Amino acid sequence: MNQQSLLDLYFLEARHQLVEVAAFLDRLERTGETADFRAQAFAEAVKILGSPGKNKAREVLLAFSDPTTEPIAAATTKAACGAWPGQAEG
Amino acid sequence: MRYIEPHAHMVSRVTDDYDRMVLAGCEAVCEPAFWAGYDRSSVAGFYDYFSQLTDYEPKRAAKHGIKHFSWLGLNSKEAEDVKLAEEVVALIPQFLDRPNVLGIGEIGLNKNSRNELRVLEMQVDLAARHQQLILVHTPHLEDKLKGTRLILDVLKNDRRILPERVIIDHVEEHTVAMVLDTGMWAGMTLYPETKCTPARAIDMLETYGRERLWLNSACDWGRSDPLAVPKTAVAMKRRGHLAEVVDEVVFQNPGRFLRQCLKFRL
Repeated sequence: MNQQSLLDLYFLEARHQLVEVAAFLDRLERTGETADFRAQAFAEAVKILGSPGKNKAREVLLAFSDPTTEPIAAATTKAACGAWPGQAEG
Repeated sequence: MRYIEPHAHMVSRVTDDYDRMVLAGCEAVCEPAFWAGYDRSSVAGFYDYFSQLTDYEPKRAAKHGIKHFSWLGLNSKEAEDVKLAEEVVALIPQFLDRPNVLGIGEIGLNKNSRNELRVLEMQVDLAARHQQLILVHTPHLEDKLKGTRLILDVLKNDRRILPERVIIDHVEEHTVAMVLDTGMWAGMTLYPETKCTPARAIDMLETYGRERLWLNSACDWGRSDPLAVPKTAVAMKRRGHLAEVVDEVVFQNPGRFLRQCLKFRL
């Protein structure tokens, strides 16, 4: 598919999703708080969108991922939250 | 259009869903054992569940003209209790000869804990001893990357496991290449919020080739869509893919993998 066809197919949907992300960031900003690891991970991931490179989806997913390699001692919860809390919390 | 739904938790779905799937062209549904939304209190709960997957559910599907197959295993969310896991692993062989059982699954990791890993190794050993196909669940969200690596290490370290007889499910852009590089199959799960959208699944098909990839809805009691596979087939056509290519992805590919179990016949 050429660029025009892809834009015809996906532009409005992607535009909508981008505005939703922008509004979400505005909402976070209005709280005046910055400490939550999910907000920090989100901010780091957003930087990837404006960077050069071909594999942005992969890079965004990596930005949210646990980078460690050893199994944890025990599972104390079943759910994932979407961002790695870091070594201390993880 | 015809398609195979290779991963769906139909025990969590209403009968209307079977009707809609038939109308959309579904010829077979494959149901891996999974977490019920709560932890079962004893091995007896698994006996009842495996009976449901191998007896009642195939009959319910047959009433709608759909062939029903199942996978048996202990899901990773209940794998922290190793003693219970040992009892479940000991229970499974008595079900393996049932006519709709395709193999061991879905097994894998959830939070990537030591006990989960130990139970995964037990179930990989079970599959190897009984020459079963394996269907693997990879963890959610931030745990997927690490969990996929740990799972692949377990499978690669067991010399009895043939990679072409293993499907690693729920891959995304950061895990698909490492799975395909091992020679194993990769499943893309189409969910409304997590895992993969139709557009992203098509991106991966175009990027990594169609040879060992399949699509599934993994529909269950959570937010999910039992028609996600045919909807993605429509999205593929809208992206310019020919009907033969769509058929290869949604029908021929899952059939090619699943026919490695001689019980999979349509």
